[in-house]
Amino acid sequence: MHQPHAEPRRSIYYDYRVFDAWRPSQHPPGQRAAVVIAGAGPIGLVTALLLARHGVASVVLEAERQVSEGSRAIVFTRRSMEILQQAGVAHRVTQSGLPWRFGNSLYRGQRVFRMENPHDPDDRFFPLINLQQQYLEQYLVEACEAQPLVELRWGNRLQTVVQDGAGVSLEVDTEDGLYALRADWLVAADGARSAIRTALGLKLEGASYEGQFVIADIRVDLPLPTERLAFFDPDWNPGNTILMHREPQGIWRLDYQLPPGESPEDALRPESLRARIDAQLAMIGHAGISWELDWCSVYSARALTLPDYVHGRVLFAGDAAHLLPIFGVRGANTGFQDAQALAWRLALVARGISPATLLASYSTERVGAAREIIDEAGKSTRFMAPPSRGFRLLRDAVLSLSLTQPFVGPLYHWRTSRPHEYGASPLNSPGDDNALFQAGPGHGAPPRNICLGPDDHLLDHLDHGFTLICASAGPALPAVLREAVQSFRQRGLPLRVIAVGAREPVAGADETLPDANGRLRERHGLRSDGGAYLLRPDQHVCARWVSLDADRLRAALAQATGLGTTYPNPGDRA
Amino acid sequence: MNPNTALDIPGLEQVYDQLATAIDAVGPEKTELFLVKLALMNANALADPALFRAHIDAARRDL
Repeated sequence: MHQPHAEPRRSIYYDYRVFDAWRPSQHPPGQRAAVVIAGAGPIGLVTALLLARHGVASVVLEAERQVSEGSRAIVFTRRSMEILQQAGVAHRVTQSGLPWRFGNSLYRGQRVFRMENPHDPDDRFFPLINLQQQYLEQYLVEACEAQPLVELRWGNRLQTVVQDGAGVSLEVDTEDGLYALRADWLVAADGARSAIRTALGLKLEGASYEGQFVIADIRVDLPLPTERLAFFDPDWNPGNTILMHREPQGIWRLDYQLPPGESPEDALRPESLRARIDAQLAMIGHAGISWELDWCSVYSARALTLPDYVHGRVLFAGDAAHLLPIFGVRGANTGFQDAQALAWRLALVARGISPATLLASYSTERVGAAREIIDEAGKSTRFMAPPSRGFRLLRDAVLSLSLTQPFVGPLYHWRTSRPHEYGASPLNSPGDDNALFQAGPGHGAPPRNICLGPDDHLLDHLDHGFTLICASAGPALPAVLREAVQSFRQRGLPLRVIAVGAREPVAGADETLPDANGRLRERHGLRSDGGAYLLRPDQHVCARWVSLDADRLRAALAQATGLGTTYPNPGDRA
Repeated sequence: MNPNTALDIPGLEQVYDQLATAIDAVGPEKTELFLVKLALMNANALADPALFRAHIDAARRDL
């Protein structure tokens, strides 16, 4: 019998709501679902919301009855915000979060490196925004509550998982005891200690670093802007690194490395926390300032991934799939990209539109992304927490040199999480004109947002299907193109056509964007009428043409969806 | 290595003395750190990772 905490978690700034547990005794037996998602963290909830946008219902199982304990993930990237926009909650993060774009590395009281993240006027969102995870989860939960295709079952802990060729049989533990739940697909978004990963006997690959770090959230009034602060080798914590981030609600995150050999229990003792936090505040010129602790935790730096995220009918995403060092805000921000990459494929497969083989490319793309992130994160981690004498010596030499020799500054760079370009994705169209373009996002790249007017951006105009963006000044798209579009729609594929460059609506397009100043076409390298981009439902580019024709459109859609280029039995699904 | 950019004998002798004097001056505690800083500065001036790699390999011989 599973008895999650029924008391609200303690916080000095966040009012926890305890949700009613879902109890099997109040529901009929023989529970079934197209998709079950284990874990109502940010990744599980985004997956559920994106699936719902594709018309696929899901049941989300959450062992607890309230949102995240403590602030946990607090920095969200622009790409995460674009994904959260698809999930319908980005505006709420914008309302309550703190946007920022500068990072400072400090050594011996001197700023030795300043990181500037560019903010392109075409972008809707800032490069980074800070918000505590509780708020993000709350917004996602509220979006799920408003979405009839998502059923969120609080107080439901997944106990056993057995899969066969046709589905997954689950046993779920609740206040009433166990009940059986059958799913066509199971998404494992159950976090760093994924019980599903353990149950399937899967091993993470990669490196664990020795360093341990305390994160502590305090309420303190500091007259500092929202910028990342990284302090290297301070007198009070020699050889180690301290990070500081401003959070909403007057909260600051302090993140400091522990001396080797100190246990997490010792590190989290109130007197230990107090001494260190006081020392850090004194170092930045605020000795004796009063502060109050909200939450603290200890973590270690790891760079691990499963080698495959698709195991039969069980699909891994987020921390269940990989554990990444948090120095580059790579945890949740990587997980959102997993959720987005998974949701559209799973939706097409669950709805019987695409073959299940489409899911293999989810694993190829996202494992590739994780390995790239691990490689980059390893560099940051080796600098922030040197793993050996040699690395420590080099790091210390760079700290010392940086006071007078700016050429070492870039070694402080923090390699922030960035969207992966699926340049080698099997879904990219081999027969398009990708190589002929002079500008714009190429094969597998995330989209290039464009400001179309006040509070109006290109990505606002994409829905949750494929999008064909065609440069077209003429009154109508060619009939053969419209037929190709129609033939895929008849097979169930959501496909939206946006014509760009005409003042009057273009026949055959769902929407026409005038692009009067030509900016959209210029930034996409669309130089003449007939040029086009095909974006996947996760907005990544899978094909682009200098001059689109119907045959190559069919080929690209087939490549990206696993469908054939021709419809075998017209009328079967009409 | 390009012989035109190598040290001549007086130059070599000068570098020899300067480095020895500096190592003595910084003391045993800071010698390693000093030498690593120096190596990084020289590598930056060299602007050739492959050549630097060759120097590492050569310096590791016969220790």
